[in-house]
Amino acid sequence: MKSVIRGASYVLAHTPDMVIHNGSTQTTERIVNPESEYLVELPKHLRTYEQAVNYWPNQVYIGNKTPDELSAVEQPWFDKDCPGATREGKFGQIMPQEEFLLLMQVCDVFDLVRLSAEFVAANRDAFAANPLLTEAMVARLTAGCEMDEITTQVNEHHAEPLYHNNVLVGCVKGAHDVDVNLSSHVMHENLVSKASSVLALLAAVKTTGIDKDEIEYVIDCAEEACGDVNQRGGGNFAKAAAEIVGLNGASGSDCRAFCAAPAHAVIEAAALVASGAYKTVVVTAGGCTAKLGMNGKDHVKKGLPIMEDMIGGFAVVITQDNGVDPYIDLNILGRHSVGTGSAPQAVIGALVAEPLAKVGMKITDIDKYSPEMQNPDITKPAGAGDVPMANYKMIGALAVKQGDLERAELANFTVKHGLTGFAPTQGHIPSGVPYIGFAREAILAGEIKNTMIIGKGSLFLGRLTNLFDGVSFVIAANPGQEPEVAAVSEDQIRLAVADAMRRFAESMGVEAGE
Amino acid sequence: MDLENQKRVKEFTEQHGAENIVVLLGAAEGEAAGLAAETVTNGDPTFAGPLAGVSLGLRVYHVCEPEMKAEFDEAVYDEQISMMEMVLDVDDIVSEMTAIREQYCAFQD
Repeated sequence: MKSVIRGASYVLAHTPDMVIHNGSTQTTERIVNPESEYLVELPKHLRTYEQAVNYWPNQVYIGNKTPDELSAVEQPWFDKDCPGATREGKFGQIMPQEEFLLLMQVCDVFDLVRLSAEFVAANRDAFAANPLLTEAMVARLTAGCEMDEITTQVNEHHAEPLYHNNVLVGCVKGAHDVDVNLSSHVMHENLVSKASSVLALLAAVKTTGIDKDEIEYVIDCAEEACGDVNQRGGGNFAKAAAEIVGLNGASGSDCRAFCAAPAHAVIEAAALVASGAYKTVVVTAGGCTAKLGMNGKDHVKKGLPIMEDMIGGFAVVITQDNGVDPYIDLNILGRHSVGTGSAPQAVIGALVAEPLAKVGMKITDIDKYSPEMQNPDITKPAGAGDVPMANYKMIGALAVKQGDLERAELANFTVKHGLTGFAPTQGHIPSGVPYIGFAREAILAGEIKNTMIIGKGSLFLGRLTNLFDGVSFVIAANPGQEPEVAAVSEDQIRLAVADAMRRFAESMGVEAGE
Repeated sequence: MDLENQKRVKEFTEQHGAENIVVLLGAAEGEAAGLAAETVTNGDPTFAGPLAGVSLGLRVYHVCEPEMKAEFDEAVYDEQISMMEMVLDVDDIVSEMTAIREQYCAFQD
């Protein structure tokens, strides 16, 4: 049994106030250098919601424009509006901050998110008009509370303040007085991740048209941890989000592997479906508040807008073979093993060259590679270069080294087999998976025959190992459903047995007659 | 440079003495290599980490610089680094690194 990509969703939430109050670059700066010029300058560099919607890479992420169309636009992109930009896209939507705060409250089941009654009243209608939301979800929205309660929670009980347009509109309370794992900071981070995962799941249900009850299992592959003092990363974001979306037939679990987790999770989901354990599995992830404004210092220093103001989310729906949708070829899995080593050459060899060689394919046999799809508009001014391009150069260079490609063809390889980066720098979000939605369409349209999705992770950040990590898999055109082995009915068996017995009896008769 | 790495560089220097430390970088861009080199010589230019305002003046090289390449076994270099050497703008990296060393390295050898 093959497992196929039934569809994918991609969502964004524009959260400029969270850049200031929750991004780790900013929270660290407030501790080590509270009087810094950066903190003074930062608010002047925040984008409006309209600017975020009009931003080319965001329109590509939600599916309104393609990576190819983006590559034709001259960089930088921050100063160019995308023509025809809209909030709704083929794969998802861009939610404004005020609605996202309401969504956080809807996703909170422990009465931790408190929003002012005035703020809720002002945004309730817009929130309820969102076509992705279910009636049950809208019904979870409370009337809100008095501002006094919020200021008391923030000033006296260490609640995490929620701002909109620099005005206090609510808070996230801590879920325990002593346990740091349930502190207001952690609960805020986790509720943002959960809410953006919920939005991605809702969009995935819509884009695929799948019946919610068909979904049997959900795998969350974000980078946050939820639990308490006795099990800091106990989980389970997947099931918590599935509950809000109303996936009543689903269970789930969390897969963690830093930025490589989405690729790990898709392989696991594909294997679960291919084995027959579950018929439909959804891989989902919400975004990360800590990474908001991560490269803000460089952007502000260079007079650029803060482009890391988006919380990202995605979901991929994987089902049993329908003979049409592109399938995940489980015979071609790249794996950075413990013994691989961390040199880029060894990493690309393990993730790209080796799995292809095993099935007799060359590096040039893959039409499109999707490695780390970070938006270069964000990374280049921060001195990190064009990350996807660096990956394509490495893959191309390895192809040259093993004789698959002429050295003179190296530059052309990056264009022919590469993509322009368009995903927000939210760690796991850009890691290979942003292309799955486009890849499915391109394969169905016959524009490409296959793609390799590559996830990489920096495990050393957790300080338990110095190892790097990565896995890869190939999505290929579906050659059509495998013919089913004809089932034999009980009647047919009975007839066959009777026939055999008759022949046996006849042969006995012949023998007896002799 | 990562705050934790700054801490480790600082601790190693305190433990072994600045003259006994060489920092070897593998950054993919000249600018990133230059920033890391500046951090371990003049101090953290972002003023965020343990090396903010701390000038260690350490010897610092990128692994693709000729001085470092000469130190390697040729076969090991080919297996571990040659692919990246083909990919990186080595000239840009060398020029960034040289400029930082000339300006801030305490050991002009």
